[in-house]
Amino acid sequence: MRSPELVEKVRTDPGLPPVAIVDRRPMTPGKKILFAVIGLVAGVAWALVAILRGEDVNAAYFVLAAVGTYVIAYRFYARLIEYKVVRPDDSRATPAEQHENGRDFAPTDRRVLFGHHFAAIAGAGPLVGPVLAAQMGYLPGTLWIIIGGVLAGCVQDYLVLWLSTRRRGRSLGQMIRDEVGTVGGVAGLIGVFVIMIILIAVLALVVVNALAESPWGVFSVGCTIPIALFMGVYLRFWRPGRVAEVSLIGVVLLILAIVAGGWVASTGWGVALFTLDKVTLAWLITGYGFLASVLPVWLLLAPRDYLSTFMKVGTIVLLAVGVLIAQPVVQAPAVSSFALEGNGPAFAGALFPFLFITIACGALSGFHALISSGTSPKLVEKESQLRLIGYGGMLTESFVAIMALVTAVSIDQHLYFAMNAPAGLTGGEAASAAEYVNGLGLSGAPATAADIQGAADSVDEESIVSRTGGAPTLAFGMAQILGSFLGGSGMIAFWYHFAIMFEALFILTTVDAGTRVARFMLSDTLGNVGGPLRRFRDPSWRVGAWVCSVVVCGLWGAILLMGVTDPLGGINTLFPLFGIANQLLAAMALALVTTVLIKKGLLRWAWIPGVPLLWDLAVTLTASWQKIFSDVPAIGYWAQHTAFRQARDAGETSFGTATTPEAMDAVIRNTFVQGTLSIVFALLVVVVVLAAVVVWVKAIRAGGLPTTEEPAVPSALFAPSGLVATDAEREVAAEWADYLDENPEAARTGTHA
Amino acid sequence: MSPGRAWRALTWYVKGVLGENDYERYVAHLRRAHPGAPVPDVGEYWRTRYAEQDAHPGVRCC
Repeated sequence: MRSPELVEKVRTDPGLPPVAIVDRRPMTPGKKILFAVIGLVAGVAWALVAILRGEDVNAAYFVLAAVGTYVIAYRFYARLIEYKVVRPDDSRATPAEQHENGRDFAPTDRRVLFGHHFAAIAGAGPLVGPVLAAQMGYLPGTLWIIIGGVLAGCVQDYLVLWLSTRRRGRSLGQMIRDEVGTVGGVAGLIGVFVIMIILIAVLALVVVNALAESPWGVFSVGCTIPIALFMGVYLRFWRPGRVAEVSLIGVVLLILAIVAGGWVASTGWGVALFTLDKVTLAWLITGYGFLASVLPVWLLLAPRDYLSTFMKVGTIVLLAVGVLIAQPVVQAPAVSSFALEGNGPAFAGALFPFLFITIACGALSGFHALISSGTSPKLVEKESQLRLIGYGGMLTESFVAIMALVTAVSIDQHLYFAMNAPAGLTGGEAASAAEYVNGLGLSGAPATAADIQGAADSVDEESIVSRTGGAPTLAFGMAQILGSFLGGSGMIAFWYHFAIMFEALFILTTVDAGTRVARFMLSDTLGNVGGPLRRFRDPSWRVGAWVCSVVVCGLWGAILLMGVTDPLGGINTLFPLFGIANQLLAAMALALVTTVLIKKGLLRWAWIPGVPLLWDLAVTLTASWQKIFSDVPAIGYWAQHTAFRQARDAGETSFGTATTPEAMDAVIRNTFVQGTLSIVFALLVVVVVLAAVVVWVKAIRAGGLPTTEEPAVPSALFAPSGLVATDAEREVAAEWADYLDENPEAARTGTHA
Repeated sequence: MSPGRAWRALTWYVKGVLGENDYERYVAHLRRAHPGAPVPDVGEYWRTRYAEQDAHPGVRCC
């Protein structure tokens, strides 16, 4: 071991080997040079992407800029946060060790937990958001995904994970109540519930838009349900616990389902049976959400989750490898005119604040705060591993978002807008769409109707016009990238449906798990009201479960239906609401973290969560303000509402993109609901943040306040901190191996390789 | 790394992330922390695990 005098081994029990290492050795010269080189490479890549803006920016530069920045941020910024804020103490037992029960509390190898945590935080959000954001050009999205990830998203995930680990894995809502007080806590709890509902609705809308009028997609995604049921029965009755084996079988069946879908969609009966319109699909998905919420977990939810984890990691790796091999050339401009004028067809509004709202999960996701408090803190072995799990996990997600952005910006611009503009603008036909996109003043040769139809034919779809929601665009881009080196043009249709399938799988997993969680939140709240409602507290009371499931599915199902029938184009109006909801949840989480820092007397470092909090509040409150008060109908919900209402009162039978009186009524109704939701979201967050500010003032005056951190309990196990163990860590691990050889009864198995 | 070791590392990892090693870990925990306690078989263990998930659902991200 190099300079052992700078390595302190901490023991909590003289009879045991050390449980922690305090390593004060400076970086080796070799490492210093390595980080300097990485920094230099990232700098050059950034210059090529951002400053030179060459005619053909290669996608590989994006990857280099992103990865280089992540490495530097992880090594230096995350380390600063660790030293100054988190101050991990590895001689202290984590909840996993202290409350170990071999089930939800169990010390888990850091690398396994990293995979586990990443699978839980990664979903469709970081894939879909950047695709929509690509309408503003490649540069704004790239900058925000990387910078926002490093300075905001990773910080939030890391610090919430830390708070929860020091509090026995308590949930975000509970921690807000404990640290910010009852008012903030109640607002936080309602906020989480409402946000969950809108989130499920918008994600379901993305799936509906991807599957509508696509018999191939409907068949193969539909097959995931019987496949999951089969896996559930297999695990329950034939081979309990053989999770990896059954997942592998499931994935093979899934691939077969995609192949079979191509064949089914080429037959007359297949087309007749599986071509579904959006309204039918919306009803089917709502029904599915209900079933998933009331059926036992082992039958549907758990097996789907295994499939989803498998597909998630596999496909993301495939996409990353694809981008690196195919190195597509970027077609989008650095900054498009839509970024400056705010009149983009995929979503309305100017770059500030709507770019940040749209990218959402790829850079900062409030939803991660729900994952970082709860499951992962109950599994982590050592506090010093939180940096890898929390900060590192989000860096990986940010990387996924960059991949999605690269995929979207390397699609022909005319096709991109033909797919992402609502049907009200494109007319829904190849010819009218070509006319529309040619009028946008995009770079490159104008598109013909044959070009657009040809693109649809290449993926075996009837049409690709106005396939909004981001998922079809990403699938189209992925199919082109993967098809360019895997299987050639004959495989493009397969890859397209493969991508659609995996996005739908992710989203449906979020939809069913979210419905269940919302159902429990509702029944808990009802149970706490007391009186005859107390019975709702009992989770095994079937009637209560059914009632709450119907209410929850009804709520998000109604918003979903509203989205699919919206004459203005559902994604266009609802996606901003999704982004605002998500970012407002992040504001709650960051406000909580800042509060705890100030209470602990770390005011000097409160800027670490404080700056992202201020930025996030500026973004979300501006966006909410514009959505509520803007007099531009394309942006403001109430402006739209008033415009349609006046038109109806004036006796008109069609207005804007609404061609019938019923459609006009729908717009009036929808904008009312959306406008009201915007107000509710903003108010809830303002309440939480104000409650937090009151606590800050008190804490600063008192020079710090007690927090609800659990008292320290000495640890009796050792584990390395980073992804790769250091020489000192290997030495201590060897001491433990010798000790366990002599004392086999003390061994913990299953947690270490 | 030899192909055999690489394969073992891969299966260990996949099983770890999916939770296939959880039963083994639970049994080890029982033996160490509660030596006299009855050890459930693997089917029983997973039935309890899923029943717990039924009662305490976890979120998945967007």
